[in-house]
Amino acid sequence: MSVAGFEVEVDRGSGLETEEMTLNMGPQHPSTHGVLRFVVKADGEVMRRAIPDVGYLHRSIEKIAEKVGYHGFMPYTDRVDYVAAMFCNQGWGMVTEKLADIEVPKRGEYCRVIAAELNRIASHLLSVGTLILDIGAITPFFHAFREREKINDLLEELCGARLTYNYMRIGGVAWDLPPGYEDKVLAFLAQLDPMLDEHCDLVAANTIFRGRCAKVATISAKQAIAYNLVGPNLRACGVRYDVRRDEPYSVYPELEFDVPVGTGSAGEVGDSFDRYWVRVLEIRESIKILRQCFRQIPDGPVVAKVARKLKPPEGDAHIRVESARGDMGWYAVSDGTEFPYRCKVRTGSFAAMSIIEELSPGLMLADLVTVIASLDIVAPEVDR
Amino acid sequence: MDAVSIHSRLREKFADRIVSVEEAVKDPFTVVEASAIVDVCSFLRDEAELQFDVLCNQTGVDYKAAGYIEVVYHLYSYSHRHYVILKVRVPRDAAVLASVEGVWKAANWLEREIFDLLGVHFTGHSDLRRLLMPEDWVGYPLRKDFVEPAEYHGISTTRESLLR
Repeated sequence: MSVAGFEVEVDRGSGLETEEMTLNMGPQHPSTHGVLRFVVKADGEVMRRAIPDVGYLHRSIEKIAEKVGYHGFMPYTDRVDYVAAMFCNQGWGMVTEKLADIEVPKRGEYCRVIAAELNRIASHLLSVGTLILDIGAITPFFHAFREREKINDLLEELCGARLTYNYMRIGGVAWDLPPGYEDKVLAFLAQLDPMLDEHCDLVAANTIFRGRCAKVATISAKQAIAYNLVGPNLRACGVRYDVRRDEPYSVYPELEFDVPVGTGSAGEVGDSFDRYWVRVLEIRESIKILRQCFRQIPDGPVVAKVARKLKPPEGDAHIRVESARGDMGWYAVSDGTEFPYRCKVRTGSFAAMSIIEELSPGLMLADLVTVIASLDIVAPEVDR
Repeated sequence: MDAVSIHSRLREKFADRIVSVEEAVKDPFTVVEASAIVDVCSFLRDEAELQFDVLCNQTGVDYKAAGYIEVVYHLYSYSHRHYVILKVRVPRDAAVLASVEGVWKAANWLEREIFDLLGVHFTGHSDLRRLLMPEDWVGYPLRKDFVEPAEYHGISTTRESLLR
């Protein structure tokens, strides 16, 4: 029998199993964070297999790159991951700068890092807030979004947009920091710190939350590396690797920060709770980075002089950016014309999505939303 | 290990199955014969000095003028913190290549995507279905000679301009 393109076999065991159910989840489902579909084969409430079906948000961004030129592609990169668009801007900027040998002025790099780290906090707040919401607690979600709104305001002041920023340019950033920006950001950070403490008291210490996350969908370090899980998902499995520290780019070598990893504080290393907790700790690190940036930022131009019709020499380049969802790989090929010959983005959610099928057997159906939310999957980033 | 010494290790081991080595570019790469890709990848992963435990990125690029599709493998080693880039060229009209899913699980979806968008058939892949495009889509959109169909199931792919 075929249901929606998937073969369904009916398994009639002699024990307590019941007839296998094939359930459809999504593509429009509030917990899928975008348009994302699963075909779940379940025995009662226990999943036998959850088969992801992606592609509903495929906007052929890689094909668009071939049509619009290097500068023209920048606003499209925002749509790769609209929750953390700064990193996509930065990735495209960096890969083109590598192709065309452009050097970004120091102040431009600092502006990039400030924008990116603010965006990382916003993205982690969204991730943490929606995880809790999906599990069933409403209040912490509002706390997280209240803080995220303030970052949206700050980023709006910086670049005029709250979500799809288009702030960075090839060779730097579009605008310098507005007057008085430092004070506003530092004032925000000063009240974010105690808010995080409050959040931890409310959520991380909550028995129900810990029960729903601890030892759920544990991923071993070996498994994570085989599937190329990146960023907070990889670090939650105990692998201390961060592109910002280990393959440094931009001004990260001048900044001091820790790379938190999962320790199994609620259950075991690499479970859903660790993935949540690593993100909370990373917010603290981003706060640290932002404070240092404002102390160290030099004066000067924010963008290099770049030709309007940019024609990088023939060749290809690959760069990696530590996005909020981990190592984002940008690969671009130039054929010497003003249009990229090929552009490819490999994102963190893509890898996280592909591991779900292997994680699902034996999990409760209700835990599928925990898995999606704790892996911080953002559907547009899978499909591009 | 730097790219030069990794390349010389590969040459030592695989001799003429390594087609060429390019070191004077931004990202040095090795071109590997299509039939050798699985052996080369397993060697890179298992050799103690190399230990390329992660497939960072796998991309297909259609070089229409030259008549081949290039599959690019970006490998990284968490244990040794080094990189290597492999490239394999397959003819456009017979784009068949062995899958490296057995070496790195991450290749499963990456290869499905390349199959979907560029039409490279990966032999030995466990589940080679389209990933992003609809199941009944005809053609491979990232090939340079792909022509966008005028409609899909009665839905037009063009629309009238709202500005008159």
